[in-house]
Amino acid sequence: MIDIEQANETAVNRMMEARPILKGVATARDVIPGMRDNLLLHAGPPITWERASGPMRGAIVGALIFEGLAHDWESAEKLVTSGEIELEPCHEHNAVGPMAGVTSPSMKVYIIENVTHGNKAYSNLNEGYGKVLRYGAYSEDVITKLRWMNDEMGPVLADALATNEDGIDIRALLAEALHMGDEGHNRNKAGSFIFTSKLAPLIAQVTKNNDLAAKILKFLGDNALSVLNPVMAACKAMADAGHNIEGSTVVTTMARNGTDFGIRVSGLGNQWFTAPVETPQGLYFSGFTAEDASGDIGDSTITETAGIGGFAMAAAPAIVTFVSGTPQDALNATLEMYEITVAEHKYFTIPYLDFRGTPTGVDIRKVVELGIPPRINTGIAHKEAGVGQVGAGLVRPPMAIFEQALMAYAEKYLND
Amino acid sequence: MSVIRYEVRKGAYYDSVVLMQLQKALTGLAGVLDAGVVMATAANKELLAAGDLLPEGVEAGADDLLIVVKGEEETAVVNALAQVDELLKRRRTSTGQDFRPRSLEAAVNILPEANWVLVSVPGRYAAGVAEEALRLNRHVFLYSDNVSLEDEIRLKQMAREKGLLVMGPDCGTAIINGIGLGFANRVQRGNIGLVGASGTGLQAITSRIHNLGGGVSQAIGTGGRDLKEAVGGLTTLQGMDLLARDEETAVIVLVSKPPAPSVVTRLLSAALSITKPVVVSFLGYPPPARRLGNLYFATTLAEAADLAIKLAKELTSEAETAETSRISGYIRGLFSGGTLAYEAVLGLQAILHPLYTNVPVRPEQTLPDPLTSQGHTILDLGEDVFTQGRLHPMMDNDLRLRRLRQEAADPETGLILLDVVLGEGAHPDPAAELAPAIAEVCRQRQIPVVAVVVGTEDDPQNMDAQIEQLQEAGATVFQDMTTAISYIAQQLAASSLVAGTPVSLTAFGEELSAINVGLESFYDSLKAQGGTAVQVEWRPPAGGNEKLMAILAKMKQQA
Repeated sequence: MIDIEQANETAVNRMMEARPILKGVATARDVIPGMRDNLLLHAGPPITWERASGPMRGAIVGALIFEGLAHDWESAEKLVTSGEIELEPCHEHNAVGPMAGVTSPSMKVYIIENVTHGNKAYSNLNEGYGKVLRYGAYSEDVITKLRWMNDEMGPVLADALATNEDGIDIRALLAEALHMGDEGHNRNKAGSFIFTSKLAPLIAQVTKNNDLAAKILKFLGDNALSVLNPVMAACKAMADAGHNIEGSTVVTTMARNGTDFGIRVSGLGNQWFTAPVETPQGLYFSGFTAEDASGDIGDSTITETAGIGGFAMAAAPAIVTFVSGTPQDALNATLEMYEITVAEHKYFTIPYLDFRGTPTGVDIRKVVELGIPPRINTGIAHKEAGVGQVGAGLVRPPMAIFEQALMAYAEKYLND
Repeated sequence: MSVIRYEVRKGAYYDSVVLMQLQKALTGLAGVLDAGVVMATAANKELLAAGDLLPEGVEAGADDLLIVVKGEEETAVVNALAQVDELLKRRRTSTGQDFRPRSLEAAVNILPEANWVLVSVPGRYAAGVAEEALRLNRHVFLYSDNVSLEDEIRLKQMAREKGLLVMGPDCGTAIINGIGLGFANRVQRGNIGLVGASGTGLQAITSRIHNLGGGVSQAIGTGGRDLKEAVGGLTTLQGMDLLARDEETAVIVLVSKPPAPSVVTRLLSAALSITKPVVVSFLGYPPPARRLGNLYFATTLAEAADLAIKLAKELTSEAETAETSRISGYIRGLFSGGTLAYEAVLGLQAILHPLYTNVPVRPEQTLPDPLTSQGHTILDLGEDVFTQGRLHPMMDNDLRLRRLRQEAADPETGLILLDVVLGEGAHPDPAAELAPAIAEVCRQRQIPVVAVVVGTEDDPQNMDAQIEQLQEAGATVFQDMTTAISYIAQQLAASSLVAGTPVSLTAFGEELSAINVGLESFYDSLKAQGGTAVQVEWRPPAGGNEKLMAILAKMKQQA
């Protein structure tokens, strides 16, 4: 007979004890397992061009232009629909990417190593705000910026990290950032400052070009999301450490591709449970309304999977108004997540809750029984390719995927 | 035609969220068509331009706040811009409600000191919630009805093992630590503790106690089915045991509609082992006497309250403790007088089970074979079956002497009860014949003998001498049946009140803190009475989906 509690404790302890260290930056095709020249990775569960949302299509087009494989929308679309270029989820390659999450073979990626259990995870570089590939923008300036990041900043970051054998401990960085008002998903201001300050001396050491060093440091320092991608890869490394524990009902993947929301469960192998995404509720930038919003998109829900993001709202009073309204609501958000999780995090704590650990390890049993889906903080993409971010807010996964997972669990474990 | 106006505030930094909210507020003003509020970075200005919200000639940079308002007419736009400061200053009052947990587990984390869980969810879900509460080591006040008898028994057995109370299901009333749960009156605290299977019964008695100047320590509801045969008074027994140990409680009141006869004996024999007075008010159940040992029987609710108050006042003067020679085994009554036998049955049926007799009060008490005793047996030896061909036992002791020896030889016999009726027409010296047999029984078999002597000083047998002979033989002698029964009651082997774990007193006497699952009015009532409480925002598990609920239940069994 399966001891579910024991299995969950094992899974969540592995998630918490995983120690993700940023070890380096390298080209995707050289490091990501299964990466190949005709493959694009994307956020969320598997998707086809036909079913892909606007921002996802735009990002695919942009990535193919960036790779020099296409020169416009039509030629890119043809490559994908003909099957010449294949699409697979980041999550199936130990990787994660924010929003569309499209990662192509030539892109530089962060390498995170969980030094406790030895598994690795990868994520692309963050492009900052405005018109960016991850929101489906693929215009000339977007590609130019990507090339600069890839060809100029990327190698410097790679060299800089190579000089530092210990790497950067992202779990420790997150623990500190949570005490500085970040929740690690929508707000990474403090984390990005810490990240930049850790990289600055290393960058200064490896580049003789002061102008380039200044430009890179400004790029990292101005971008309050600089650290988001390494944080996501760190969360991925932590979540993966808890995956494939026999009998566990803990969720180890939550991800969206703009069309479907997908989860995977520790004790249910690599099976995806999917249902159409919801549209986030939130505040919109000038000139945009809910009608402009794309369906929920991105792998950044890996943060909530690992016990931060929307689950750590009580740590981030500055952004609560985004998604709910008052500091009390932020507190309530975290308190609510304790109801559907199996543990309180050993290393991520919330000062306002007397340093109680963040709610960690979503249990599909509790989600279904109480009817409380996880709470996710998210950016909102425009539904059309190329426009970019239009707001930020709160979204929840569809209940149906947790119900499906529970039934699959019963099928696998309870048919005696 | 629309009008567009803007304002630049140099070096004024606001968090983007504040700006988005300001923008939302401006857009909501009368006559405003659209508004943009941004830090004037290049990217943001581009966004404004895309939305047709960037007027010509705006000079603002990344550190500047840019506010743009588009409206139907000049006044609306100017008015909107004039309100910017007001809107920025508007402090959000904390409109957010305190957190309301959805699960009992979360509620317990919020209020760990809560010893009580009030459950008033629909019946089909109630047992599940109550079980969860027990699992979390909390006492349960189970208001919900439509809980199956099987569930009730299962919950109460589980509670007994864990030293917890399940008050209910269908429990309307309780008063714990001075705070009413469910339907309860506001009564002062005092030294009278109640256990009741009847909600309004508890209300009527506690109210009268209060109105007469008395007070209530605890009032424990049990639910209407607790005294049914199948449940066997599990909660009532726990409640009595609890009040017996509770230092605040001096007098105990037991109230119910008529319980199952077998349960009555269990309750009353348990009550007899308590060293505190117990007022028994089983409405509709014939009281065996006004008083049996420490038990006082009331025929009405008001009388129960009156008795309790009287006893609570007298308390200190009467601290009698019964002698310690306990009986184990069955009582065998060998009577010459039919009515005395019947009175013995009436009295003893309340405390002895199983009881058989040839003068039954209830048909199931009929002794199958008058020649062979079984269980507790009360015999009228003056019945026809015994007197055929011989004299009535009031005149001829022969039959009684033989039966006395027969009972004494029975290893199950624990006490023998006799009557000795004197007066004209009776045997001239019954004690002379009975005493040697009694002495044999008492001394050789170690079986106590109780005799009830009916007579006067003027009777020809010389009553005092009769009594003396009987006593010398070893019998305990009384002159009325009630006193004799009361004596016997106190000699009964005091089985411990409760099997399982005794309920800890820690949840009693302190301030009440509770978790309420269900009717919000109960939560309001707890708070209004000064209790600490958390309301659980309960929903049917898995949205009431039977299939998912079944899976979840199965998974819980794995634990």
